[in-house]
Amino acid sequence: MKNNILIIGGGPAGLEASAQLQRMGYNVILIEKSPKLGGHLAKWDRLFPDSVPADEVLGGLLRGSEGVKCFTDTDVRAINRLDKSYNVRLTNGITVLSDAVLVASGFDLFDAVKKEEYGYGIYDQVMTNADLEAYFKTGSDRRIENPGRIGFAHCVGSRDEKSGCRSCSKVCCATAVKQAIEMKQAFPQAEVYCFYMDLRLFGRHYEDLYLKAQKEYGIRFIRGRLAEVSENYDGTLQVKAEDTVAGKPLKVTLDLLVLMAGMRPSASGKAIGDLLEMAVEEDGYFAVRSGIAACQRSPIPGIFLAGAATGPKTLPETLADARAAAMEIDRYLTEIFPDARNYKQLVRERW
Amino acid sequence: MIYEGKQKIWSEYQKEIPDDHYFYVRSCIRQSFFPASEATFLRITREALGKDIFETEHHTTCGGIAYHSDTIPQETVMTIIARQFALMAKYGYENYVCSCITSFGLYCETMETWREFPELEARIRENLWKTCRLEFAKPKFLIHASDLIYKYRNLIAAQAVRKLVNVHTGEPLKVVEHIGCHYSKMFPSKGVGGAEYPYVLVGMVEAWGGEIVDYPERRHCCGFGFRQYFIKGNRGYSVSNTHKKFESMEPFKPDLIITNCPGCPYFLDRWQYVIAESTGKTYGPDGHGIPALTYEEVAGLVMGYDPWDLGLQTHQVGVEPLLDKMGVEYDPTRKYLGKNGKNLGEPLPCACLK
Amino acid sequence: MVDFGFGLVPSSRINLDLFDKDKYEELAAVEPDVRICMACGSCTAVCTAGKFSTTSLREAIEDIKNAQPTKALELLKACQLCGKCSMVCPRGINTRHLILSIINTYSIK
Repeated sequence: MKNNILIIGGGPAGLEASAQLQRMGYNVILIEKSPKLGGHLAKWDRLFPDSVPADEVLGGLLRGSEGVKCFTDTDVRAINRLDKSYNVRLTNGITVLSDAVLVASGFDLFDAVKKEEYGYGIYDQVMTNADLEAYFKTGSDRRIENPGRIGFAHCVGSRDEKSGCRSCSKVCCATAVKQAIEMKQAFPQAEVYCFYMDLRLFGRHYEDLYLKAQKEYGIRFIRGRLAEVSENYDGTLQVKAEDTVAGKPLKVTLDLLVLMAGMRPSASGKAIGDLLEMAVEEDGYFAVRSGIAACQRSPIPGIFLAGAATGPKTLPETLADARAAAMEIDRYLTEIFPDARNYKQLVRERW
Repeated sequence: MIYEGKQKIWSEYQKEIPDDHYFYVRSCIRQSFFPASEATFLRITREALGKDIFETEHHTTCGGIAYHSDTIPQETVMTIIARQFALMAKYGYENYVCSCITSFGLYCETMETWREFPELEARIRENLWKTCRLEFAKPKFLIHASDLIYKYRNLIAAQAVRKLVNVHTGEPLKVVEHIGCHYSKMFPSKGVGGAEYPYVLVGMVEAWGGEIVDYPERRHCCGFGFRQYFIKGNRGYSVSNTHKKFESMEPFKPDLIITNCPGCPYFLDRWQYVIAESTGKTYGPDGHGIPALTYEEVAGLVMGYDPWDLGLQTHQVGVEPLLDKMGVEYDPTRKYLGKNGKNLGEPLPCACLK
Repeated sequence: MVDFGFGLVPSSRINLDLFDKDKYEELAAVEPDVRICMACGSCTAVCTAGKFSTTSLREAIEDIKNAQPTKALELLKACQLCGKCSMVCPRGINTRHLILSIINTYSIK
């Protein structure tokens, strides 16, 4: 008998997990609340650290999950736990009886408007990392007209308790360095500044990217969080920070400021979590059975997690997490689920 | 500048301001800096708008100046404040409106402190009983007098005889608004419009026909800074802060500065004189300065009150160019006459500032 | 002019708008490694002269980038060119050459 598995979220994690589970012979149903599969990846142009086109990666994920039953524009309306399975009513009217549920609800980008002092949505020349990717994809943005001085503000909505996020969003440093290089490639005459608190360039090739940004592109890295932005008479921006290496306040005039909006738990994921009564940690992301040994298992038997639903992750980490979730689901559906007599005991011992 | 973005933020920082029945407390320094501002507040609210604004001669300083200069302990300040609240309760009021921004900040700080540390409130209650045999009730609504004028801005506009418009060109006057630091920087939610883009004065200027100037150092302190000013050796820091603001607003060519704090209009006004006389630099056209007025004075001007009754002759920066732009009629010979018609004495002319 | 007994205080703020890009490119042309310093401070930690006088290559590089070359020159005045800093630099900057290049480029001849 083929088990039904419901995957909630059609981003990289959901797509990768659905491809793996389909290969294992399961009957996968993938739902995505928006009209398009791919999540944030579909909106991105190139990926750090090696500038691989996002479309190429997404294309591979979509090809891998061909044959999976996919419902876009679809959300969960109600979920009932039966003895072992879940009875899930979808917003498209379909009801799915699912033996395992994978929540791959991803993240939302931090709403940069909330950092009032940066003036996103108020000052004309302020944009976000996502806006800049859209510019790279389409080649047009009213804010970008041969900018001479460009600033990148790291940690917007990350490592900032006042905007409700104490943690690091993990991907923004590398994204900022990547985007700074891309802007320098597009506008070789521009002065490019990155305002950072710590450069968290932990991954393979990331340090090379940083070195390249300094050596080949002359990008200036200023250690100090961007503190305040205002608009000059001519529409340029005045930004203030401390150069904490020099120990002095600093100001500079910019033609363009890019805010590296961080990751927040997805709002639609939270709604699913509420339906399932899933525990979240203080940071707003879903709790897992064990942060080291069982990162893809939720505390509820039969409910699995993958990707940024359990905290900020890079894309390769998300894909690896999705494959791990597929393995975990397979283990559960072969070792625990079929044993009707000992199910409860097995769950106690092995979940 | 994207105006809708500001509107969105303004809509998130609105506070409840009751329409009527207030217990009013004055500022220590405003009465000497801008002697007619508080009288104008009462004239507008009581006489023009018919509101019930009560005041008593028994209230005192809030202790703010001493507190921010580190010369008295917080507990003493809180007991002084508790006594003011006791007076409010005694006269049957629940809404408390204060003229001073430092007081407003201190009242907010005190109420928040009591909310977090109820045992401290109990001790202050005891202090007040021991020292004055009084019991206090906390205000139901605590607001700043500029909040109230903001609330009444459209009623004032309806009675206005003129607008913040240059009568010669028909263009709106360009107005710089400056909010006292203690209005909303400590508690953004207690200020109309929040702390980054305060709306309280912007709302008045918009209602009265002016145009707001948003310049880079808008959020910067006026330069008062308490100890920076009180100690002569530190005054260079005070005037340098003010200088930074003027250098930043200069390209926008503002006609007027409107303020809601006791110290700000004073320093934005007097330091223009010091900057002019010590460096030769002036910020208005042709050697003039930029007039820095209180919101009551601006309200009084649009209401058609006589500028000398508004105390505009006590400003260092001459207001005549502004009065001319607004089409305000005034008698230059009355400028330095007191209420009793006697000459108050005229200041000596400045070398650089017209 | 009136002397009030107090006056405008010079700002200690770094103003990057004053950065002399041409001059910096002149320096980078002779010593490109000025770009790759990551401000770790190893050079300052082992500086022979720095133990006794205010000298720091790390700080001097920061001053150059912050449009304050005079401060940088002042900081490098006490350098004895012993070369210890080049041994500890994790990015392998030829620090002696960099110091001499800074002095050559920015000194008023």
